[in-house]
Amino acid sequence: MRLLTGNDLKTGAVTWWTGAEWSIHIEDAADVTGGEEEIARREESARRVNVPYAVDADIHDGSPRPSHIKERVRALGPTVRPDLTLKPADPEIGNWVI
Amino acid sequence: MYKYDQYDQAMVDARVEEFRDQARRRLEGRLTEDQFKPLRLMNGLYLQLHAYMLRVAIPYGTLDSRQMHALADIADKYDRGYGHFTTRQNIQYNWIKLEDAADILADLAKVEMHAIQTSGNCIRNISSDHFAGAAADEVVDPRPYAELLRQWSSFHPEFSYLPRKFKIAVIASEKDRAAMRLHDIGINIVTNDVGEPGAAFYVGGGMGRTPMIAPCINSFVPLDQLVTYAEACLRVYNRHGRRDNKYKARIKILVHELGAEEYTRQVEAEFAHLLDQGVEPPLAELERIKGYFEDPLFETAADSQIDRIDPDFALWIDRNTVAHKADGYVSAVISLKPVGGIPGDATAEQMRLMADLAKDYSFDELRVMHTQNIVLPHVRKADLHALWTALDAAGLGSPNLDTVEDIIACPGLDYCSLANARSIPVAQKISERFAQTGKTATLGELKLKISGCINACGHHHAGHIGILGVDRKGVENYQLLLGGSEAEDVSLAKITGPGFDENGIVDAVETVTTVYERERADGERFLDTYRRIGMNPFKEALYG
Repeated sequence: MRLLTGNDLKTGAVTWWTGAEWSIHIEDAADVTGGEEEIARREESARRVNVPYAVDADIHDGSPRPSHIKERVRALGPTVRPDLTLKPADPEIGNWVI
Repeated sequence: MYKYDQYDQAMVDARVEEFRDQARRRLEGRLTEDQFKPLRLMNGLYLQLHAYMLRVAIPYGTLDSRQMHALADIADKYDRGYGHFTTRQNIQYNWIKLEDAADILADLAKVEMHAIQTSGNCIRNISSDHFAGAAADEVVDPRPYAELLRQWSSFHPEFSYLPRKFKIAVIASEKDRAAMRLHDIGINIVTNDVGEPGAAFYVGGGMGRTPMIAPCINSFVPLDQLVTYAEACLRVYNRHGRRDNKYKARIKILVHELGAEEYTRQVEAEFAHLLDQGVEPPLAELERIKGYFEDPLFETAADSQIDRIDPDFALWIDRNTVAHKADGYVSAVISLKPVGGIPGDATAEQMRLMADLAKDYSFDELRVMHTQNIVLPHVRKADLHALWTALDAAGLGSPNLDTVEDIIACPGLDYCSLANARSIPVAQKISERFAQTGKTATLGELKLKISGCINACGHHHAGHIGILGVDRKGVENYQLLLGGSEAEDVSLAKITGPGFDENGIVDAVETVTTVYERERADGERFLDTYRRIGMNPFKEALYG
């Protein structure tokens, strides 16, 4: 599957296209296979996202998981600061990234 | 230390308002990202892995307590309560919002700081010896010359769009504490046979994907021609540097391809042409700048006795203090490398404490080391115990300067969009391993440097032990290098062989230190032993 990601223009936060809007949670991401270019163009021109691009992913425990470690680190936050990740209370979340 | 005059302040204030307008136009959609990107980069604002990242310049690594407090306030107000001190004596914030960026720059301007030219193909922050003005071995204080070059290079119209970024370091002692010969231009202020100071120019060094040691192209440039000579070096580069290929655009490639002799010939011709063009600032300007760097009023009869009865304190004294030019004083290094910690990171609270301690014990001065630690340059020996007690209570008392725990690590894949592998977890595991085994002390000086990609922000080419993180089909892999140095005995490290996974590289580092312990002669550092016995014994231990 393909996911569309980028950064929020104002805050720089990593965001994922849900099919209708942008979410900071990768669990909300939708498969955009085939439609990524058009969505990216439209959303970027409306300034709802900055520098969007598509990444490969698969389904892991029922949720999308990017194929490349870089995108998994982006999705969650720095592995060395679990307190700053989106799931600071999950002690196993590092396994999802690595 | 240097204080802005009305021109400096006006330039920085104007730049803040210019950027405020640019950011507003971007947010309103009147600038595209392609149009905005070079503008934000010229103000140190990157878009990194998790958010915008702001890199703030700390000229030649010098700052006062007011500035350190301001950096702490920015960390709390606009970021997530911490900052990361970098290998070019700057600080980076990792969680910046575009809508806040101009306000941050305005806050910086209030304390005579900025983020100008901390990115882009221009002359970057001038770096220097972190013990400048305090070191017992320096010819002169190099900072007035670094400041002169900072002023010359700021907004220099001819050098704002160079073929590639450009880094200058200025030192003034035989000991190189600034990786001088691994810069685009390294300047070492020396004395000639009759005791006059002049500048030795080393041009074409650098790390990155093609590491090179800068050759000396002129061993003595009179200091009243320093800027003119630097301008000549830049002009030849600007004229002939490769703009067609990003990977061949640094001056090191030009010097290498032309040959040092031909590059020097062209620089000398340009220098002769420039000499009567009025490039050099008036001597009065240099003297004005020097006035800001006069020694503080050191006590002439400061007590030199140190009570070493506390063994932890004594260890810190031995490891983290350095000889000072004034009797009764030392330079004290605050380690930002606690065991298992993130190299170079400091919380806002820690920054405030360091600022307050600088005010109380170091004539209000702090320095950022390129090795990602902080220096209090002028501390009375009599104050050391009080200083150490305060640092230790705040987790800043690690006694590990220049040991295997004092690791340089770039932000790596945890923060950096260019990185291929994480650096910080490897640094954490290595420091924990050696702290657990208790080998840190017995290994002595051992400089370990880790980069998460070939751009080498973690200086892995210059590590006695270097580690380079690479991407092997989406999996982190770590190459091991041995034999580098960025000091006066400069050398480039060599790869041992096939790489290792995250845990394997920690084992590999321990393995090579075991070889060192077995093979070392009396007084030899790891680097000395490596240079004497060569790579083979290490390879044999690693790969069989």
